[in-house]
Amino acid sequence: MSVDAENSPYQLESRQVTREFVRILPIALFVAIFGVAFGLAAVQTGLGPWQATLMSATVFAGAAQFAGLGLWGAEVALIPLMAITLAINSRHILMGAALYPMLRRLPPGRRYGLLVWLTDANWARSYQQYQGGRENLEAILGGGLALWLAWVAGTLAGVHLGGRLGNPQAWGLDMVLGCFLLAMALGGVRSRRILLAWAVAGTAAVLAWRWLPPHTHVIVGALAGGLVGLFWLEKSPHGH
Amino acid sequence: MAIETTPLGIVLIILVMGLVTLLTRLGGALLMAYVPLNRRVESFISAMASSVLIAIVVPMAFAGDLGARAALLATLVVMLITGRALPAIAAGLAAAAMVRQLF
Repeated sequence: MSVDAENSPYQLESRQVTREFVRILPIALFVAIFGVAFGLAAVQTGLGPWQATLMSATVFAGAAQFAGLGLWGAEVALIPLMAITLAINSRHILMGAALYPMLRRLPPGRRYGLLVWLTDANWARSYQQYQGGRENLEAILGGGLALWLAWVAGTLAGVHLGGRLGNPQAWGLDMVLGCFLLAMALGGVRSRRILLAWAVAGTAAVLAWRWLPPHTHVIVGALAGGLVGLFWLEKSPHGH
Repeated sequence: MAIETTPLGIVLIILVMGLVTLLTRLGGALLMAYVPLNRRVESFISAMASSVLIAIVVPMAFAGDLGARAALLATLVVMLITGRALPAIAAGLAAAAMVRQLF
């Protein structure tokens, strides 16, 4: 293990942040479309335009926000709200942990400032690069900013434009995130070890989705896949 | 305990959701500061990392309609053949749209 590369500070490059901002724009476009869908749903649920926008700007997590709307009424029960938000977003904990070998080489302020922008698409990009031996925390920052802008702008548009978009499902647009995440997984390392982890993760996730409380399947599947790694070690440690 | 959906209550609800979500974003790095990084931990993390994606996508195929399954299948096939993400995603969306127009 080379001590220099493991311990030297990570230098964030602003030009790389810009490149990653631009690179994720095609995906951000679809995120914006789903922001429109969220804005629409939020207003129909009874949130005011600025409240829906405030939620997108501060929560910045689509699935949890839609689930939050599902709890809406004259009042919202606090414990279920927190439990569901935590369950749906607990994948962020794993994603942050996966980037830790790079993150720990940033000063704490930058490390946690960067993680505020963490979401599925920019993490998938950054982690795929890491697997390929390239350190790219800039993807979290630049990509995250583009995705956040798209999500907030989409919500604003949805809140104001209403139902003029038609039916995004008819065009398959609801599948963009699923297809993107699948493509990112397949684009990474596909060793026998990882394929076994995926088989275990997929099976556990489906079983959890079928029989465990709602929204627990992602964390159950991911941890089950991780167990494979715990017992079947990688051939060589992650060196660059 | 419940929060009323008055204007102030809604802001409070949003703050609660935002705070819980922020904790999940920062939580991984916070926890890892206390876990020694050795080969076994790295191996666990690397197997777990892409398993997150699989654990999102596979139940999606089970829960979704025929269009959703067609989309994921098309993405899988194009990704395995070309290894390029954007054509694979485009093929997935096209497959979902086509299946939903037909059935």
